[in-house]
Amino acid sequence: MRTDRDIMNAIILTAIWGVVMMLAGAFIQNKRIPKYLAISGILLILVANCWELYTGQTLFSVDLKDMIHLNSFNLAFISIALICTLMYFLLSGRDFEKVGTHVAEYFALIFFILCGVSLVATFNTLLILFLGIEIMSIPLYILTGSDKRNLKSNEAALKYFLMGSFSTGIMLMGIVLIYGGNSSASFYLNQIHLGVGKMPVMIAAGLVLLMISMSFKVSAAPFHFWTPDVYDGAPTVFTAYMASVVKVAGFFAFMRLFENAFGTIQPQWQNLVVIITAATLVIGNFTAVFQQSVKRMLAYSSIAQAGFMMLAIFAMNLAAKEGLVLYAAAYSLASIGIFAILIKMKDYTISGFNGLAKEQPVLAFAATVFLLSLTGIPLTAGFQAKFYMLLAAINTHHFVWLVILAVGCAAISAYYYFRVIQAIYFKESTDTEPHIWDVTLAFKFLLLLLVAVIIILGVKPELIIDWLHYFPLP
Amino acid sequence: MEKLHGWISFPDLLIWLPLISGLVTFMLRKDKQVKAWSLFASLLTLAVSVLSLVYANDKILNYVSWKWLSTLGASYSLGLDGVGHILSFLTAVSFPLIFAATYKSEYKHSQAFYGLMLLTQAGLMGVFCAMDALVFYFFWELALIPVYFLCSRWGGEKRIQATFKFFIYTFAGSLLMLLGIIVVYLHTNNLMDAGGNIIAPHSFSINAFYDVAARLEPTKQYWLFGLFFIAFAIKMPIFPFHTWQPDTYEQAPAATTMVLSGVMVKMGLFAVIRWLLPMFPAAVDHFGYIVIGLSVIGMIYASLLAMQQDDLKRLVAYSSIAHIGLMCAALFANKQIGTQGVMIQMFSHGINIIGLWIVIDQIEKQTGVRKISQLGGIAHKAPALTIMLVVIALANIALPLTNAFVGEFMMFTGLFKYNVWVTAIAGLSIILAAVYTLRMIQHVFYGEVNTLTATMKDIPNSVKWVLGILLVMIFVIGVYPQPLFDLTKDTVASLLTRFK
Repeated sequence: MRTDRDIMNAIILTAIWGVVMMLAGAFIQNKRIPKYLAISGILLILVANCWELYTGQTLFSVDLKDMIHLNSFNLAFISIALICTLMYFLLSGRDFEKVGTHVAEYFALIFFILCGVSLVATFNTLLILFLGIEIMSIPLYILTGSDKRNLKSNEAALKYFLMGSFSTGIMLMGIVLIYGGNSSASFYLNQIHLGVGKMPVMIAAGLVLLMISMSFKVSAAPFHFWTPDVYDGAPTVFTAYMASVVKVAGFFAFMRLFENAFGTIQPQWQNLVVIITAATLVIGNFTAVFQQSVKRMLAYSSIAQAGFMMLAIFAMNLAAKEGLVLYAAAYSLASIGIFAILIKMKDYTISGFNGLAKEQPVLAFAATVFLLSLTGIPLTAGFQAKFYMLLAAINTHHFVWLVILAVGCAAISAYYYFRVIQAIYFKESTDTEPHIWDVTLAFKFLLLLLVAVIIILGVKPELIIDWLHYFPLP
Repeated sequence: MEKLHGWISFPDLLIWLPLISGLVTFMLRKDKQVKAWSLFASLLTLAVSVLSLVYANDKILNYVSWKWLSTLGASYSLGLDGVGHILSFLTAVSFPLIFAATYKSEYKHSQAFYGLMLLTQAGLMGVFCAMDALVFYFFWELALIPVYFLCSRWGGEKRIQATFKFFIYTFAGSLLMLLGIIVVYLHTNNLMDAGGNIIAPHSFSINAFYDVAARLEPTKQYWLFGLFFIAFAIKMPIFPFHTWQPDTYEQAPAATTMVLSGVMVKMGLFAVIRWLLPMFPAAVDHFGYIVIGLSVIGMIYASLLAMQQDDLKRLVAYSSIAHIGLMCAALFANKQIGTQGVMIQMFSHGINIIGLWIVIDQIEKQTGVRKISQLGGIAHKAPALTIMLVVIALANIALPLTNAFVGEFMMFTGLFKYNVWVTAIAGLSIILAAVYTLRMIQHVFYGEVNTLTATMKDIPNSVKWVLGILLVMIFVIGVYPQPLFDLTKDTVASLLTRFK
């Protein structure tokens, strides 16, 4: 069906559309047009990607020497990332204008990130992984610092850039060590020789370095320290994207790397993942409890959610792979929704949400559903996602304490998510000023649409799971 | 898997009627419309429930199973067996009574209040009908969410903290149960369709769970038993997991307290009957004495605390812990007569405690206080209320001729067969119950009329009717409990055969 001369639509189209957006920024003065241009671009790429998923046909033909691996699993993941981005553009696209004047460039950078996402979702050599991670990260450094006059934004960008380049360096070192220690002289993931019996020292060292740098990218403890500051300092619109699509793309890459390259020696690195998972769960959840700012709380909660997604890396079975994509969708959608509401708030503290239910019942209801989904209450997508993670982790029959820890942490997460719900519904606001910047009817409608998607996925997660297996996995 | 079901079934109706009418309630605007509509909806549900009792033996009408998550092996399976019938009927009968008794209460945003109440009913019905572990878990959690909002929004002064404690407690418990469900699920065999093709590697159906869990090695059973038991013990609640209960009952709005204590605590007992006992017989044998011990300690402890309470709501809350403790002990004693008694008592306790709450609600509405020390002489001012209360209170302490006598007698007999000493200690709680109940009646209803109670009037007719219906049920079941025995005979028998 496919030949190695094919290349995925999404990779090329996102890159082209990024350039289109940049040019648009140079030629179009109107502030609204870039948003519509970006939305139509995403729709185009989404159609092209789904077309490829269902028919196997591509628009471009380049010989890639099998450096990219295509199957319905990867393509479905990219489609999910595209759908999330579409929702993100629709909900928060107008808020780009508040950050600065270069609206078209911001959209362009997001398209480049998507190009990176497409690469990390399909890489078949460590080289492409490296390219994908870098293409994903560099636009993010820029976006983090895009609020040029804000010191916090500048600080966050610098911090992110320095820490990010460090982790890039570590990743590169890991890749070099692995290729150096690889006796087969092949670059493909599944052809790396891991040695018989004992792992060669160079491979082992490379593996650990790769794990560290990937943990950094997905903000797993103890490599999470950049996350709260960067998420807090970045303009909230871009935090939304960082905390949703970019993060889950990182996880998808993490999983594909360790499954395809090191899946056969899983017992040898599983302990390491267990430690990272446990630390991430505990640190994320316990620190989130003490936050007073919702934005910072969501930053820590994203670490906590990363802990849950780490369970997929730990388990690495079919339920884990399916569950991770489901988790990616559930978590991204809920995060995009809750951040879209947060952007509209004047006060980011938890008490800033007081009395929201009276003022904006639709926003209050939507925010509640997103928070319930993040907590993992049945009937929302978040429950199904957590359910798959637990299922996968228990199915390994090892490390029962890790699963119990995860469950305990999920109970703690209810504490901080419900504090926001309490503020929305049960606390009265003291000041008479409205809490919210203007919201349009379309915005409310889109929020309700997002709520509907989350509930549908909560009842019927198979909509995504079946999509992943549209073609049997090779 | 048998596909023996029609297009519509009683469990479906019992869940979807309150669910849809609850959602409709949110859209209504006028207070009166909201109240009339929710009363009508709950009466409709009651009618369906009565019909389901009439056709209790019809398998096609009482069981339903649709495909749901077929790759996982979960199906939308519902069914009503004996214990399911009793509790779904209790749920169906209590909501119209609660709505009627609190018809005069004013709520801010009454459409949201009544909407959430009906959603709670749907969740409860789902728990009592679920024949699939994942469906059960879904409804178990879903019953909790509307109650969380009800208590936090319309409750007393300290409502937010109290409800939060309740929520976190039960949520943590149910997550442990989820772990247990997953572990058992991973031990189940392939799920086959009629042609013998494998649909899913495992199955969530209740029969698969029964088959597999009981055959697990003992140590595994013990662990799983613990995971499930904590969830159920928190919900019941059993000592030492009960600390959320008095606070929540005190702070919740009256109508919600009635639901919580009348119906919702039965979820815990029901879950023990439906899931815990049949699934882990070895663990029940092994840990039964610990559970019974905890229950009996809880009974005495709660009764002693009830004697100290000055707040009427807290008094009833503690007395409820004592009653639930007895039911739990009787269940784990595993004797036929005791288990049969629990079935009756679950229903009776629901009726009685709702009656008590209605009386307390009436007193609080008129005088503004619930303190026993501040009240007195209500009998002179409100004779009808007093008569009703005295009967309900006597039923609550299990006087012969009343419904609770039948249940408690059978439960004590069961417990007696298990161990004489345990029975003797548990029996103390009967005396203690008499002490605190009679003391309450004496102080609140007799004695001197004071300034607070001087202006009291007797209860309105609507409440008289509601309490009257409760009294009729109390006496009918007290004198002629046979229909309830017949209904639950099969459940009890099939439950006990698992222990042979």
